[in-house]
Amino acid sequence: MNGSRSMNMTVAQSAAVSSARPMQPAGAQREMPNAQEAAHEKISVRNLKFYYGDTLALKGISLPLYERKVTAFIGPSGCGKSTLLRILNRMYDLYPGQRADGEVLLDGENILSPKQDRNLLRSRVGMVFQKPTPFPMTIYDNIAFGVRLYEKLSKAEMDERVESSLRRAALWNEVKDKLGASGQSLSGGQQQRLCIARTVAIKPEVILLDEPCSALDPISTAKIEELIDELKAEYTIAIVTHNMQQAARCSEYTAFMYLGELVEFDETSRIFTTPSDQRTQDYITGRFG
Amino acid sequence: MSNANPFYGRRKSRSNLMMGLCMAASLFGLAWLVMILAALFWNGLSGLSLDVFTQNTPPPGSAGGLLNAIVGSLIMTALGVVIGTPIGILAGTYMAEYGAHGKLSLVVRFINDILLSAPSIVIGLFVYEVMVIRMGHFSGFAGAVALSIIVIPVVVRTTEDMLNLVPNQLREAASALGMPRHLVIRRIAYRAARAGMVTGVLLAIARVSGETAPLLFTALNNQFGGANLNGPMASLPVVIFQFALSPYKDWQQLAWTGALIITLSVLTLSILARVIASRSRQ
Repeated sequence: MNGSRSMNMTVAQSAAVSSARPMQPAGAQREMPNAQEAAHEKISVRNLKFYYGDTLALKGISLPLYERKVTAFIGPSGCGKSTLLRILNRMYDLYPGQRADGEVLLDGENILSPKQDRNLLRSRVGMVFQKPTPFPMTIYDNIAFGVRLYEKLSKAEMDERVESSLRRAALWNEVKDKLGASGQSLSGGQQQRLCIARTVAIKPEVILLDEPCSALDPISTAKIEELIDELKAEYTIAIVTHNMQQAARCSEYTAFMYLGELVEFDETSRIFTTPSDQRTQDYITGRFG
Repeated sequence: MSNANPFYGRRKSRSNLMMGLCMAASLFGLAWLVMILAALFWNGLSGLSLDVFTQNTPPPGSAGGLLNAIVGSLIMTALGVVIGTPIGILAGTYMAEYGAHGKLSLVVRFINDILLSAPSIVIGLFVYEVMVIRMGHFSGFAGAVALSIIVIPVVVRTTEDMLNLVPNQLREAASALGMPRHLVIRRIAYRAARAGMVTGVLLAIARVSGETAPLLFTALNNQFGGANLNGPMASLPVVIFQFALSPYKDWQQLAWTGALIITLSVLTLSILARVIASRSRQ
């Protein structure tokens, strides 16, 4: 156990060193009980408060998202987990009257700062939504569209990018003969994988999944879960889910939220076996929520 | 078994009664439409010939067609739509995408609703005051502007409605790729709402192509045709209006034929709009 952890650390560290961005100063490191052994914090949420108008929806949340790990957010409806996710790419900015306080550091930079360009941020932090949202265009264009926003690729390079993205999303074999068909003609599960392919295509660093399987049948759900498992080799992933088994299956870390507060954050194996808070235990065993 | 319950039986007969009333009302409404169409075909079809499309309106007593009126209608309608559509789409976009619940949107929406139901003769008089009097003469330009004022509220309304039907999730998904707002609107929202917006423009065309009052005060009429927008211009509705009121048999015949032509074009446009709308829903 210890051995594999330190392995993880070296992988994460080398990844952090090889990345072009400056490392955050050591003093900024959030103090965790086992901070020395923890992987690199891709995102650090610090004392985050969120308001819908005058309503306080998140009451001071602090937690890390570790690089190349899957972090699951669980909790009853209305606990603020989707809200938290939508802060990480500043999706809330689309709506006047919504406001976040505190710090969210992405590689050490506060993304809540007014200086942060939202569109650039969103190209680094991708998001997949609860309901599949294919654009009203062809399958090919659904993927090429986002890429064209930030990169100028030749036709061949774009073809290659579209194919590799669809392969990553385990959709290529199903659609390779009809890339010119409308994205909206696919089945729900295929549409959702198209949305994942679209997100992966622009090469983000973090992927946010907001209940990505809640509108899907079990077979599609299994496919998406396999996909998450493969994607975490390259991406930092945060997933909101109502499905306990899904959280347990997919994630390394789990955050249990309740009424706008973070009740517990720990390794998934610990949350699901020996949670330290009674409320976590009650929720996981289905006694409320 | 099903009739055993008197309560259910009563409800069922009441349902049948209401359904009968609804059908009767529909038939009543439809009957007038059928009668109008029948009258138009009965009186207009006999006058329909190639001459109608190749010769200008004649003096009473001689042969002629409706060429100048058809050309004038086409030009002024086209120009009115060209002026009105961009303004309407931009205003509708502002209200749906940017100022959804803002004060400005509320005011614009309210005024637009008034404009939508404003009597078209008022619009004609307005343009008469603003343009015809200042320019010193009637003109096709003034007619086109009057028509565009009728086009704008129709397009504003359909654009806003259609953009509001685009699910917000689609906008969020586009934004989540790092797409700037203007691209989200132009490339995603417009695309999703395109069929509805096109339908709105088609309906606006259908609406203005039959307008008489605004043209009466602005473009007036012109016996000699020509495409000079700076002078008085003929149009089908005005020619119909004048010829139908005239005492001359051949003029009245041309009025019927013109009415048939307008009705058929409007009908075609409406059907086209329906087809586009239903296609996009599949």
